[in-house]
Amino acid sequence: MVGIQVAYVLASVLFILGLKGLSHPRTAVRGNLIGAIGMLIAVGATLLDRNIISFEYILIGTLVGSVIGALFALKVKMTAMPQMVALFNGFGGAASVLVAGAVLSESLVRGGDVGMQFLIATAASGLIGAVTFWGSLVAFGKLQGLITEKPVRYRGEQVVKVLVFLIALYGAFKTIQGRGNVEWYWVASGVGSVLGILLTIPIGGADMPIVIALLNAYSGMAAAATGFVLNNSILIISGALVGASGVFLTKIMCDAMNRSLPNVLFGGVGSVVETIKADDLYGGKVKATTPEEVAMILKMARRVVFVPGYGMAVARAQTPVRILTEAMEKDGIEVEFGIHPVAGRMPGHMNVLLAEENIPYDKLKEMDAINDTFAQTDVVIVIGANDVVNPLARESSGTPISGMPILNVDKARTVVVIKRSLAPGFAGIPNPLFAAENTLMLFDDAKKAMEDLVKAYREAA
Amino acid sequence: METFLQVITIFILAIFVGVEVISKVPPILHTPLMSGSNAISGITLVGALISAGMQATTLTILLGTFAVALATINVVGGFLVTHRMLSKFKRKE
Repeated sequence: MVGIQVAYVLASVLFILGLKGLSHPRTAVRGNLIGAIGMLIAVGATLLDRNIISFEYILIGTLVGSVIGALFALKVKMTAMPQMVALFNGFGGAASVLVAGAVLSESLVRGGDVGMQFLIATAASGLIGAVTFWGSLVAFGKLQGLITEKPVRYRGEQVVKVLVFLIALYGAFKTIQGRGNVEWYWVASGVGSVLGILLTIPIGGADMPIVIALLNAYSGMAAAATGFVLNNSILIISGALVGASGVFLTKIMCDAMNRSLPNVLFGGVGSVVETIKADDLYGGKVKATTPEEVAMILKMARRVVFVPGYGMAVARAQTPVRILTEAMEKDGIEVEFGIHPVAGRMPGHMNVLLAEENIPYDKLKEMDAINDTFAQTDVVIVIGANDVVNPLARESSGTPISGMPILNVDKARTVVVIKRSLAPGFAGIPNPLFAAENTLMLFDDAKKAMEDLVKAYREAA
Repeated sequence: METFLQVITIFILAIFVGVEVISKVPPILHTPLMSGSNAISGITLVGALISAGMQATTLTILLGTFAVALATINVVGGFLVTHRMLSKFKRKE
């Protein structure tokens, strides 16, 4: 009994050291390994504990899980990483539901006293775990393109959500009455599942980074709740660590969009009346360009910054971006990347895609670091980004993105925007950047435009 | 009550440690942070092992085994995919 507690303390320390390792790319790989070793110790110690009397089912479960998990992890493309993270996250939530359910029915069979902590924690595991699982599945479906990425909204949406939440709470309340009620437990988990779907389905594509971070927090809380069911320190500590991580990321994402969490969860974008007419803004002022013209401008530049957005990921334009970067660097041009915190579909999405292309991480600059340099930048190439470079955000009110921190690309000498059309981004408002004096529009698919640009750059003398 | 106070103490302190450690993670590593912490949340595996190994009723064995499989996917997949991602982050050579 003492041995297992020591092992759990050791595992907790390793988890914390592992997360600490993630504070720098240089130490991150080792940090992740340290975390994995912590997990191995926690699992090993649990298996050696005398409470476990049967191993054959455990063996089956771990074998099946390991094979599936490894296959997923090794096969998945880097571009599919957001949905992969969502899916794994969901499995953790589902496991919490099942564990708490199993422990509750076992305690009812065995009889004896159960405390209030046990019952409340059980109900919480079921509820949070179910919300995590189904919410993650919906997020997975949206990111994988199985469900529409558009916000699914309907009349009375808020009322429905509140009602379902209250029913779930009632189920949880019935679960903890008396010595516990396992039927009500499954009802509560079932209603929690519906709630998970209802909470995630109205959320649109560009808000996905917030939701993924939030689901991450839920999965931690579910694990911690299961820890309270079992009075198990390692579950509580790990759950708290992950919960803190998820909440922290959620807050960063919300700040980067200048939106509150309730606003994301309960709607807001799209409800603002459009006051700016796209035609007035763009009429006669938008200048289209060609790859050849852009290549000439690049040849004369000393400093170029790429600003990638989700559009780059969708078009899979990372490779020509990297090729052009290398070609420009060979000519002595300084190239960097300006990355908005919410670019893409999950926190840090763009960094992973560019790192996969072997672009050194010291070139990937965060918003605050790059914003001061735009005034000294000759050319900014905006590729597949829109709202995060919209100067309207700097205005204090009147638009859905007012107050959102943006990349001030309009301060650069020349801005090249690669985009299929003048269609608005997720916020649904026109972008004055496209009509700005120093902006050139390269209308094409991101990948095709970049490939043409690489070709034109090589041919330009 | 005493155990409850103990576990809640652990819980609250762990939250503070978590916030402290995680606020040092740079935005460039936010995706690996998510998938890595996700793998850690697969710690539910420990709970699953306990319930699968109790041998109380067929139902608990079934639920426990299923939970073991799901949590293992979370753990193994999570750490592996994080490793794959992190090994892509390189410095200028």
